[in-house]
Amino acid sequence: MARGDPHIVLDGVTLAYGDFLIQQGLDFTVREGDIFILMGGSGCGKSTVMRSLSGILEPKAGRILYHDTDFWHASPEQRASMQRRFGVMYQSGALWSSMTLAENIALPLEQYTDLDARQIAEIAAYKLALVGLTGFDDFYPSEISGGMQKRVGVARAMALDPEILFFDEPSAGLDPVSARLLDDLLLELRDSLGTTMVVVTHELASIFTIADDSVFLDPETKTMLTTGNPRELRDHSDIAKVRTFLTRGEA
Amino acid sequence: MRDLAPDRSCRSSGSGRVSAAAVSGSPASAQAAASLGAVADGTATLLLSGEWTIASRLPGSDETLRALDGASGLKRLAFEASGVTAWDSGLASFLTAVMGRCRASGVEVDPSGLPQGLQGLLHLAFAVPERKGARRGESRTSFLEHVGEDWLDLVRSTGEIMTFLGEVVLAFGRMLKGRACFRRSELWVLIQQSGADALPIVSVVTFLVGLILAYIGGAQLAQFGAKIFVADLVGLAMVIQMGALVTAIVLAGRTGAAFAAQIGTMQVNEEVDALRTLGISPMDFLVLPRMMALILMTPLLAIYADLMGILGGAFVAVAVEGIGVLEYTNRTLEAIKLHHAVQGVINAAIYGAIVAVSGCLRGMQCGRSASAVGLATTSAVVTSIVFIVIAAAVMTMVFQALGW
Repeated sequence: MARGDPHIVLDGVTLAYGDFLIQQGLDFTVREGDIFILMGGSGCGKSTVMRSLSGILEPKAGRILYHDTDFWHASPEQRASMQRRFGVMYQSGALWSSMTLAENIALPLEQYTDLDARQIAEIAAYKLALVGLTGFDDFYPSEISGGMQKRVGVARAMALDPEILFFDEPSAGLDPVSARLLDDLLLELRDSLGTTMVVVTHELASIFTIADDSVFLDPETKTMLTTGNPRELRDHSDIAKVRTFLTRGEA
Repeated sequence: MRDLAPDRSCRSSGSGRVSAAAVSGSPASAQAAASLGAVADGTATLLLSGEWTIASRLPGSDETLRALDGASGLKRLAFEASGVTAWDSGLASFLTAVMGRCRASGVEVDPSGLPQGLQGLLHLAFAVPERKGARRGESRTSFLEHVGEDWLDLVRSTGEIMTFLGEVVLAFGRMLKGRACFRRSELWVLIQQSGADALPIVSVVTFLVGLILAYIGGAQLAQFGAKIFVADLVGLAMVIQMGALVTAIVLAGRTGAAFAAQIGTMQVNEEVDALRTLGISPMDFLVLPRMMALILMTPLLAIYADLMGILGGAFVAVAVEGIGVLEYTNRTLEAIKLHHAVQGVINAAIYGAIVAVSGCLRGMQCGRSASAVGLATTSAVVTSIVFIVIAAAVMTMVFQALGW
């Protein structure tokens, strides 16, 4: 698959918790190797959209295609093997607190590969090095700072060399410098590995730094307002709501 | 936009769909292999070939590292990777190990022979130098050291328990003056949870305890022809000690553990800190209502437990030993005096306080992770039971001395 080909395609997707509608009529395409931003005001359902893209929440209606395979209409085995190609980083890091950092990264490898313990340890050490945490293998999540936990979250999401990485608010709660470093890390990883990334965030600085493409979700109409590169949307969108969001209401 | 080199073989899955083979191993390509060439002009070339993915069989780095250590006069390491058909973290982690060894032994590394994307990743992996003191040495403690540590821990935790008890007493003082801040509605919920909701389990357990006492006691007493005294045995044992003790142990597992888990989770979520910043004492707000609920409910449950235990004993006496119902009832009423019941109620109140204090104490001491909550819960139950048994022994001696 070449860069720029459609990777994830949403076709008339409606999301709801029971009878409580979250979003409807979602039609957009995430392209291979893009960093794609899900943005919108609080409560618009960004995280819910991500949950359904990462295979946790089934849509009420519509199809979600990954390289032309309809995820929610595939067989359970097929779905499981597709999900193994997803990496998810949760908002709080969601590291397993009873395991060391290396063990956190090793768990998916132990589950899904035939590598021996030594090789798994090497891969875990390498992933930690990638996120700038060389030598922290034997630390427990509670012993490192929040920013470090986020980076370990990235390393764990990448454990199985996924084709798609999902990030829920990666820079929330980080200082500007750490947030910037995390942005650089995402760009670097995308450039080196060509991984498609779907990022939920409303940090404007981060959006303008990393985004190739985006979708804007609206909490009031419960649907998407527009898609496109956030810089272009900021400068040229004719939808006031989107411009207001992207300029923090200053223009 | 960024130009992604077309040689990114790691993405060449090509089938257009996410296949299971990508993870479970595909047999088609050649095995991954690495071999170190001879040193010429101080330079050696590491020849890489085959499919280097985590889903395939990977050679360990040991052999290559040994070869590197054995290569004399090595100044510079180059790579030849045109034979690599696919790669991912499998190759990257292997090369990280190799390059790490080279750095340690002062060998220069020339990554230009590697695929473009891989060079970027390796650059990233070595971008942040290892923080000094980050790596942990093997820490081994001797047996004696262990014993010493445990002993010190015990002393320390006794101190903590005493401090906590002191704070609880202060909180009670505030409550008596009407200045403690907690929500009455929560007290009622706690009373229901720790009292009424515990009735079924307390019924079952104490009925069976009464039954066991009657069985064992009855068999012994029958040898002296004093079968009827099984009523005294069961009645007194239950009312003075067993009813309260068994109830307290059930509550330690049921309610004490719940207190520890609840307050511990509140610690993890910084809810306790949020109370403190509002100027609300967690002792008043969290610990006090729980103490009150258990001190009130444990005696009531214990009285109920006494009755269930006597019922269990009566069941055995009537059904197995052939004693008349009326006879058994009369004997029981004759044996149990008011002061026995008072003794049981006092015991129960003390055990209830122990369960509440242990649960709340361990919850308040809880660290900030899920596993810490698990430890707090375990520790709450262990602390409760140990102190309940100690208290039972002490109280028995005290009441003996008082001549009750």
